[in-house]
Amino acid sequence: MSPKVKSYLAAALLPLIGVAAVVAAWSISSHTWSKDLPSPNKTWEASKPYVVEPFAKRGELDQGILRFTWYSLVRVAKGYSLALLIGTPLGFILGLSKLFSRAFDPIIQILRPVSPLAWLPLGLVLFAQSKPAALFTIAICAMWPTVLNTAVGVRAIPQDYLNVARVLKLSPTKRLFKILIPATLPYMFTGFRLSLGIAWLVIVAVEMLTGTPGVGGFLWQEYNALIYEHIILCIIVIGLVGFILDRMMSMAEMRFRTA
Amino acid sequence: MAFLELSGVGKGYGSNGSRTEVLRDLNLSIEKGEFVAIVGYSGAGKTTLISMIAGLIKPDTGTITLDGKTITEPGPDRGVVFQNYSLLPWLSVEENIALAVDQVFPDWSKDKRRDHVAKYIAMVNLTPARRKRPHELSGGMRQRVSVARALAMDPAILLLDEPLSALDALTRATLQDEIESIWEGNHKTVVMITNDVDEGILLADRIIPLSAGPGATLGPAVRVDLDRPRDRKALNHDARFKTIRGKVISYLLGAGKKARTQLTVARPAVLDSLEASA
Repeated sequence: MSPKVKSYLAAALLPLIGVAAVVAAWSISSHTWSKDLPSPNKTWEASKPYVVEPFAKRGELDQGILRFTWYSLVRVAKGYSLALLIGTPLGFILGLSKLFSRAFDPIIQILRPVSPLAWLPLGLVLFAQSKPAALFTIAICAMWPTVLNTAVGVRAIPQDYLNVARVLKLSPTKRLFKILIPATLPYMFTGFRLSLGIAWLVIVAVEMLTGTPGVGGFLWQEYNALIYEHIILCIIVIGLVGFILDRMMSMAEMRFRTA
Repeated sequence: MAFLELSGVGKGYGSNGSRTEVLRDLNLSIEKGEFVAIVGYSGAGKTTLISMIAGLIKPDTGTITLDGKTITEPGPDRGVVFQNYSLLPWLSVEENIALAVDQVFPDWSKDKRRDHVAKYIAMVNLTPARRKRPHELSGGMRQRVSVARALAMDPAILLLDEPLSALDALTRATLQDEIESIWEGNHKTVVMITNDVDEGILLADRIIPLSAGPGATLGPAVRVDLDRPRDRKALNHDARFKTIRGKVISYLLGAGKKARTQLTVARPAVLDSLEASA
């Protein structure tokens, strides 16, 4: 076997071996120490109607898995857009102004690690409704990587580029759009990617707590209905979607790594 | 009054206790259309000097005037070519130059500006690479873009900060010839900083040594009265070339060096990073 074929085989086979090992461990667990854990076989049987007809709508709480996923994605998209809309300018101001940075950096460091489970009740208090509360929670949890990466990116702009702006006497607006934003773009996209990961992480918790239809809401509802197979289905779907989102953002990020 | 005039210019970095004087009592008069080379040790404050003329940093003492006006801030009337090119990596060759041209000549029509950009790209022989980004170009090509950008602004004076020192010897020679032929064409006022005495003699009308720092100052100017265009091969055997070279080098190794040996103040590391970034 040539080394090239060998490396291709390894690239295709090794991940499969990894998946097989986890499924085996799951199967063994379900047959030995955790009788309540559905086996891989039973999970597939019970999930089949949701996977085979992914967009079916049989009732408010009984829909195809991709339809639920779509609801979650729409919700994430709204909260995430809000996070970027607030986070990017905030990051720019933090990066540009030492004064602002000194004033607000400590409070940001304190707010940043707060769990979505803690923000949601506050959102409900503020907005009295679960929809805006959900968006608020996604936005406030997901915006920090965008804020901090943008700020770091602005601070890391080489003096050379700023000198070009000074020699050319660019106006503040031109300086922002011709120098500052393009120079910060790679950092911003790293922030955007991390923020999207968090937004997707938060959605499950938010849907669980508010009971809204979506992949996270479905998970919690099926736990209460004692249909544990669907919990596993949801976990797999959440993981896969999260993975796909991350890959898409990485590709966008690579495109801006020109420097 | 001369076109560019430095009088009693000094600059130091650091505060009180750890303060180091980099440049002290610089006096210099440059006439319009003159090409002046300032030659000195690395770390003597050459970049600091050019940054002050560019207006990017302010002198602590003394004044710098260009065409009778005191320099207080940077501006497009002084085209700077930085040692590290300072091109914007997200813009193509054309766009880098167009950014400067659009800024300096906002009243021109779009076509006129585009033709202007194309003219200067052609002047530095980069027309085939005009749509490339800086990271796709060699060091020599990047420096050509930087030269084209500075010239396209049609500045009153061109400031070259060790423009060729990051290049290999052959590219360096080619670019020296290009700079010479461009200068023959427009006779701009040029101040070039270099650490290469031969380069200074090849290009300049006047060559001025900068003594070693800290507290570096300008030594006696040496007029380069060699006919143009100068041929680098012939120069090696030219008696006047050897005399000029001897004068500059003997100052740099003699009087200019004494300053360094007498003052044994340690050079703070911050200066290196400042110069690297400036």
